[in-house]
Order: sequence, then C-alpha cells, then structure tokens
Amino acid sequence: MTEAATPPSLDTRTEAPARNQWWDVWDQFKTHKGAVMGACFFIFIVLAVYVGPWIWSIDPTYIDIRARNQGSSFAHPFGTDQLGRDMLARMMAGGQTSISVGLTAMGLALFLGTLVGVLAGYFKRIDGLLMRTTDLFLALPLLPLLLVMVMLFRQPLSASFGPETGIFILIVIAIGITSWMPTARIVRGDVLALKEREFVLAARSIGTRPGRMILRHVLPNVMSPIMVSATLGIATAIITESALSFLGLGFPPDFPTWGRLLFDATDFMQQHPQRVMWPGLAISLTVLAVNYMGDGLRDALDPRIRGL
Amino acid sequence: MLTYTIRRLFTAIPTLIFISLIIFLLLDMAPGDPTASLPLTIPPEVREQIRQSLGMGEPVHIRYFLWLKQMVWSEPMFYLSQSVSWIDAPDAARLISWQTRAPVLDTVFERIPQTLMVVGLAYVVGVLIALPIGIISAYRQYSVFDQAGTFVSMIGFSIPPFFSGVLMIILFTVMMPNDSFWWFPSIYDTTLIVDSWENFGKQVRQMVLPVMVLALQTTAQISRFMRASMLDNLNQDYVRTARAKGMTESVVVLKHVLRNSMIPVITVIALGIPAIFGGAIITEQIFKVNGIGQLLIVSIQGSDVPMVQTLTFIFAVLIVLFNLIADILYGILDPRIRYD
Repeated sequence: MTEAATPPSLDTRTEAPARNQWWDVWDQFKTHKGAVMGACFFIFIVLAVYVGPWIWSIDPTYIDIRARNQGSSFAHPFGTDQLGRDMLARMMAGGQTSISVGLTAMGLALFLGTLVGVLAGYFKRIDGLLMRTTDLFLALPLLPLLLVMVMLFRQPLSASFGPETGIFILIVIAIGITSWMPTARIVRGDVLALKEREFVLAARSIGTRPGRMILRHVLPNVMSPIMVSATLGIATAIITESALSFLGLGFPPDFPTWGRLLFDATDFMQQHPQRVMWPGLAISLTVLAVNYMGDGLRDALDPRIRGL
Repeated sequence: MLTYTIRRLFTAIPTLIFISLIIFLLLDMAPGDPTASLPLTIPPEVREQIRQSLGMGEPVHIRYFLWLKQMVWSEPMFYLSQSVSWIDAPDAARLISWQTRAPVLDTVFERIPQTLMVVGLAYVVGVLIALPIGIISAYRQYSVFDQAGTFVSMIGFSIPPFFSGVLMIILFTVMMPNDSFWWFPSIYDTTLIVDSWENFGKQVRQMVLPVMVLALQTTAQISRFMRASMLDNLNQDYVRTARAKGMTESVVVLKHVLRNSMIPVITVIALGIPAIFGGAIITEQIFKVNGIGQLLIVSIQGSDVPMVQTLTFIFAVLIVLFNLIADILYGILDPRIRYD
C-alpha cells in the first residue's frame, strides 16, 4: 500500500531539512525494484477497475447474442462470452468486486487482529485467554468452515440485504474472522517488547491512562508489522474470495467477480481457452504484485535494513 | 521426553473438543430440515414425530454430547468390531448421510484412498523437489539459481490452484495433440483398476496433472523455509569450526549444516500436511478426483449436514493431530525445546 507508505504531510512539523521517518521508508522502498513494480501494477489495476468503466462504457450485463464467443477485436478487446457480453467490461466489474472484497476483508481482519494483539500484549490478565483463542482459531479447518458458513448464511443474508450486498457482507465477514490470527500474533509480540521500553515507563509515570497509552504510544509503534500484514492480507482475501466463487459458493452467477468469471470460463475451456486466461491472469498478477509490495515494505520498514 | 509428550497431548484434547463444539454449533444453525426430502403427503404431526425420533427435540448440549459420543466411541467401536471378532458391535445406530442414506463414515472411507493417493504423492514430490532447491539457493545466495528459485516460489505463492490447474489443463490437454507423449488426461478416472502395466501407465498419467498443481504450491513454501533455515545455520560458528578442521565442503554442508537446518523444516512439513488437504478441495474439484474434498463440496451443495459435520471434524482432527506430531517431532529433534 504505497498510499500508506508515502508520507502523510501533516507529520512534517518544521520546514527544516529534518527528515520524517516515512521519507526514509520511501527511499528504502524505492530501491526494491520488484516492490516498486508491484506497487505500480497494483495502482494500475485499481485504477483500471474503478475508473475504467467510465472510459469503457459497455454495460457488463448487456447481452448481444449475435456477437457471442468472439475472439479479441477492436469492438471487444478481450472478446465476448457465450451470451455475447463484453469480457473487458465484465473483467472491470469483476475486478471491482474482487478488490473491494479484498480491501474490506483485509481491513476487518486487520482491525480484529490488531485489537486482539494489542489487548493481549498490553493487559497481562487477558493475555492467556486471548492467545489460546488465537491458537484455537489457527487450528480450525478454514476453507471447509468458510464453505459451511457461506452455505448456512447465504439465504438469510440475501433475504435481508438483497442478493449482492448480502453475499458481499457474508464473504467479507467470513474471510475477516478466519484470517486475523497471524496479525494478532505479530502485534502481540511487538507490544510485549514495546511495553518494556523507557518511553512507555515515562508515559506511565506521568499518569497516562491505558486507553490513551495504547492509542498514543503503542499503536504508532506497531504500525510497520500491521502494514506488512495488510498487504499480505489483501492477497489472501482476493485468493479466498476467488476460491469461493470458483467452487460456486460465492457471488450469484449474474454478478461477475474474477473467480466467478474463471469458473464460468472453464466450461468453454476447450473451445475458448483465452477466456480462462484473462481472469486467471488478473488474479495471479494482482496477488503477485501485492506480495512483492509486501516484501519491499517489510524491508523498508525494518530499521536494521533501512539506511544501509 | 515423556512428560513433554503428555503435556502436549493435554493441550491437544481440549482444543479438539472446543473445535468440535464450534463445528457442531455452526451446523446446528443450518436451516436444512432432515425431513424436508420426505414425501409431502406425510401429515405434519407424523413429520414432527420423525423429527423427534431423529433426536431434534433434545436441547443443544444433549445433542452435542450424543454426537460427540457417536463420533469418538460408537463409530470407532463399530469398525473395531468388524475387524476383531471378540468385540461386539455397539447397539447405537450408525450416523446416516441425509443424501445417500448410507453410513457417513463408510462413504468417507471409500473416498479417502483417492485423496491420499493424489494429495500424498503430490506432497512427497513437492518436498523432494523443494529440499534440493532450498539447499542450493542458500548455499549460492543471490546467484542466478537463487534468484530464479525466489521468482518461481513467488509464482507458486501467487498463482492459486484454481488457476494453475486450469492452466495445466489448457497446456497439456487442450493445446497438446492427442497422440503426443505429453498429452495428459484432465479427468481422474477412479474406476480404473491397476491390474496390468498398461493400466498402471494410465494411472500414472492421470495423476500427473493434479500432482503437479499441488506440488507447485508445496515446493514454493518448503523451498523458502529450507533456504531460510540453511542461511541461519551457514553463518554459525560450528560451521567455521568444521571447515577449520579441514572437512570437505560436501561434508560440512550435507552433514553439519543440513542436519541442523532440517529441524524446523521437518516440523513445517508436518504442519503442512493438513493444509494440503484443504487445498486439495479445489484441486479435486478441477480434476474431478472423487476424494473427500469433492465429497465435502457435493454435501455442502446438497445441505447434507451429517456428512459436512463429519468431514469438517475429520479435517479438524487432522490439523490438531499434525500440530501434535510437529510439536513432538520438534521435541525429539531439538532437546532444547523440551524444557521450556
């Protein structure tokens, strides 16, 4: 997430050449070629799926049965599907869903993970309980449970929120509550180490309350592991959503996501193999880009590597 | 060592009980009704009686304990009584699938060999490829081989099985000419009986694609771990000592460094086994292998609660079991771990 890696300007308090730590991070990040390429590609994909539909204004659900199963042409750069719907438009619409699910689920997982991690690390009394819960969640068979959750709650949620929003909420929550554990563990470890530092002691000696202590002194210092888990979390969430859609247990059929498009295209694999390639490549390249970004971000945020 | 093992066992059992409770409660909320598939001509009061006889009227905790007893006592005893003559079959009824009306565990045991054959072989192949890659990558750090290895494992991490599987089918089944040696079937034929060399060849050929897809993921993960673990050890003092004693490089690397680096890698290999069963759900679906993953999908689509419950429970048992095995292995291999 480069937008988080670039410096928030309000942090630079003086005009003096005193450098903000985020400038150092950015300088280190720039030296990792793969990470920069990954970041550029991810920004490109996000722009393509969110801004693209304004430029390429064909309706992804418009059925033109005469133009079905076409290859690439100027009218349809990615071809058309078995009902003559434009694949480029469908890819953009699918990408919007996939990336929104990825970002929202990552946000939820990050929130839960940070909450559990900070509470467990800061308050010794609930540490044991919270960490045992984390271990229990890690021992759950996640993919089967995700499938079961989708099977159970699909009907009630689509009834109350409409088919698309209902499934969106369901999938985001399901992915979120099954992927917060690694973040919680990393954050707890860092908080435990931070608690022993002098500035925490100093803050406590002037009577800082726990809530303020966490928000003001602890959280800003555990931002780097959180940001690294954030990038990796996007990748996992996108893959999980696509896997659910691929197994036919994700979004409804007329509502494209990359996984769903891939699933639909496998029926026509023999006649139109290129139709499988577009969504598959989109998922893989996005995940690859995000992984490289996470790799670079980890190096950039590690003060032992930075500045060498 | 014994106290260590016992201590680990005592943490595993409550975990398993808690997980089984979560699975039971989750599925208990299922909107599906066991009498839904019975004929509509059955009057409502009879239907209610059928529900009562199936145990649906009992409170939740009673049903949970009955289910747990069924899973950990009645069903194992049934299989024991079949194989050993001096144990009588328990008088409890078998757990019946709503979809097939057959005992759930019989169906599961029919499916497990296919899963084990494909998934197990894939894991072995993946590990066997990953270990040398990891060793060479670490020994020649930042060489072309290492860079290539990093790139390939990045790809292995990033390409999900549902795309790599489809890609393999396109390359080796659709695009490849049918009479070529490199043509492989994309559908796993379970009815094939290996009774001749020709059928053995067919069996090997149909296993190639699913095994490759699963092995790619295993290789990506294990080779990274192997590399990191080798790198940790290569800079240690004992390596310098070994070299100073005048040992050949191959002895230093393969005897001293490799043995020490294998300790964390072996536990990672053990921990990865249940995860690969989860990944196999998708791979089995793509290549139409009728293993337990495919059974889970079919049961979920058919709202077959007993089957889903049992399968999820089996996956959970696998995870807890292999966590336990990894812990104990770690204790055996590295004595420092035992005294924490």
